[in-house]
Amino acid sequence: MTKNSSPFLRVLIPFAEIPKWLVVSLGIMIWVLVLIGWVAASYGGSIPQMFLPTPGLVFSKTLDMIADGTLYTNTLSSVQVVVYGFIVSSILAVPLGLWMGTYRVVQSLLEPLVNFIRYLPVTSFVPLFILWIGIGLEERVAIIFFGTFFQQLVMVSTAANSVSRDLVNASYTLGTKRHEVVWHVIFPAALPSILDTLRVTMGWAWTYLVVAELVAASSGLGYISMRAMRGFQVEIIFLAILTIGLLGLIMDQAFRLIRLKLAPWA
Amino acid sequence: MLARNPAASPPPATASSEGQKILAESQSASLTIENVTLRYGGAKGVLAVDDISFMVAPNEFTVIVGPSGCGKSSLLYLVAGLTELSDGTIRVNDAAVDRPGPDRGMVFQGYTLFPWLTVRQNVEYGLKRKKVPFSERNVIVEQYLDAVGLYQFADHFPAQLSGGMKQRVAIARALANDPGILLMDEPFGALDSQTRSTMQKLLLKVWEQRQKTVLFVTHDIDEAILLGDRVIVMTARPGRIKADIRVEIPRPRSMDLVMEPDFIALKRRILGLLHDEIDEDH
Repeated sequence: MTKNSSPFLRVLIPFAEIPKWLVVSLGIMIWVLVLIGWVAASYGGSIPQMFLPTPGLVFSKTLDMIADGTLYTNTLSSVQVVVYGFIVSSILAVPLGLWMGTYRVVQSLLEPLVNFIRYLPVTSFVPLFILWIGIGLEERVAIIFFGTFFQQLVMVSTAANSVSRDLVNASYTLGTKRHEVVWHVIFPAALPSILDTLRVTMGWAWTYLVVAELVAASSGLGYISMRAMRGFQVEIIFLAILTIGLLGLIMDQAFRLIRLKLAPWA
Repeated sequence: MLARNPAASPPPATASSEGQKILAESQSASLTIENVTLRYGGAKGVLAVDDISFMVAPNEFTVIVGPSGCGKSSLLYLVAGLTELSDGTIRVNDAAVDRPGPDRGMVFQGYTLFPWLTVRQNVEYGLKRKKVPFSERNVIVEQYLDAVGLYQFADHFPAQLSGGMKQRVAIARALANDPGILLMDEPFGALDSQTRSTMQKLLLKVWEQRQKTVLFVTHDIDEAILLGDRVIVMTARPGRIKADIRVEIPRPRSMDLVMEPDFIALKRRILGLLHDEIDEDH
């Protein structure tokens, strides 16, 4: 691109890189704008306090709920549900997905069932699970599991199946035996995609959490939101949403670091 | 020079003794290909390789050239055991090939280094499968890294290497495993011409220091004559042997050979054979 284009016009060049400081400032700016809009709308009085709380109210509520420990216990309860559901799902989906992507027999056996369940909304299972499992922790974990497992299975299977045949062939000529290929070649070759799958499905698991907690729970961020709705405590709903968003962001960054650590080559 | 049904010939004289860093003991097997046929898609499918027979003596460097799609790569995959034969037998020493194995190392046209392993770990891979003890493994890996001039890149990942460097690692990886036969499927086909000639020089040097049975597929006639003890010319599909030509140019060979009259005469002859095939094809 032309060197003499002014710095203001440079940002309009398709795909052009922009300076790091600009990236950071723009990222901060959007949040500042949201905050200004919030402040203007809530303190300005154009929207009643009952529907839109002021930032100050949400902040003081946050301090209260930290002080009395309710934020901590409810957050912990939610994190527990997501993490249990996600771990159980991943532990089963990764090896099964690897087999499914590697062996046509496993794929032929599982695919018809998996594709049927995969397109069912998780919410359709909620009544069934309440009936079968009750309304305890297990029921919420089951919702998360059902929401993530079948998606993970298909994504891991695709990752395994897209491993280059040449890579597998090369490993054979170096003395890898057939039964060793999944562990020595397909798993490491698919690992970057598997980690990406886990990162994406972790995000989905968080979205199912609230579904699970809205219907049947006695603690958790979704539960306190629901209860706040009945009491018109809209600031608590805001707090719950912010907390879930923040936790999601932290988890996502954690996964990004894990991927860098476990798969530094890709 | 032209032999339709070549008998195993004595291996060429051992090359220069300079740079004896390479391990002394080295396996080298003979290869027998008997009435080998490959048909894709069942009995009525496409005939890719049609009743090919030839033998490769231990330590012989045999190059296969042919028009594209003539089945020369397929033949290599058959020897590697990666593709199933439709008919015929392939024997390494006296054992019939029925599956891939570490006795037939292979360098592929595409890049097939394991991206999750460093250069060192890639070269080490086959030795680990063979359960070669750590200290011994280390010695072998360092020798081959040295031989292909990539010692200082030992801890890099393949993604950090250029195309030529990747193929050097692939050669080191195949050789470190000490296969009886080394199969090379257009290993320099994807490289630019300068890198390509550097790689040819390197392969000549490594092979002349430590001979091994090699079956090398290429469509580059210069490369075929420069490297081979023998050039097998294949017909267009279905692949049959059209000519089997011994390259009587003494070793060690250098890149300057391409200007020599002997070389040019041989090249003209092979080109003629290939052009017949390409013309018939149209």
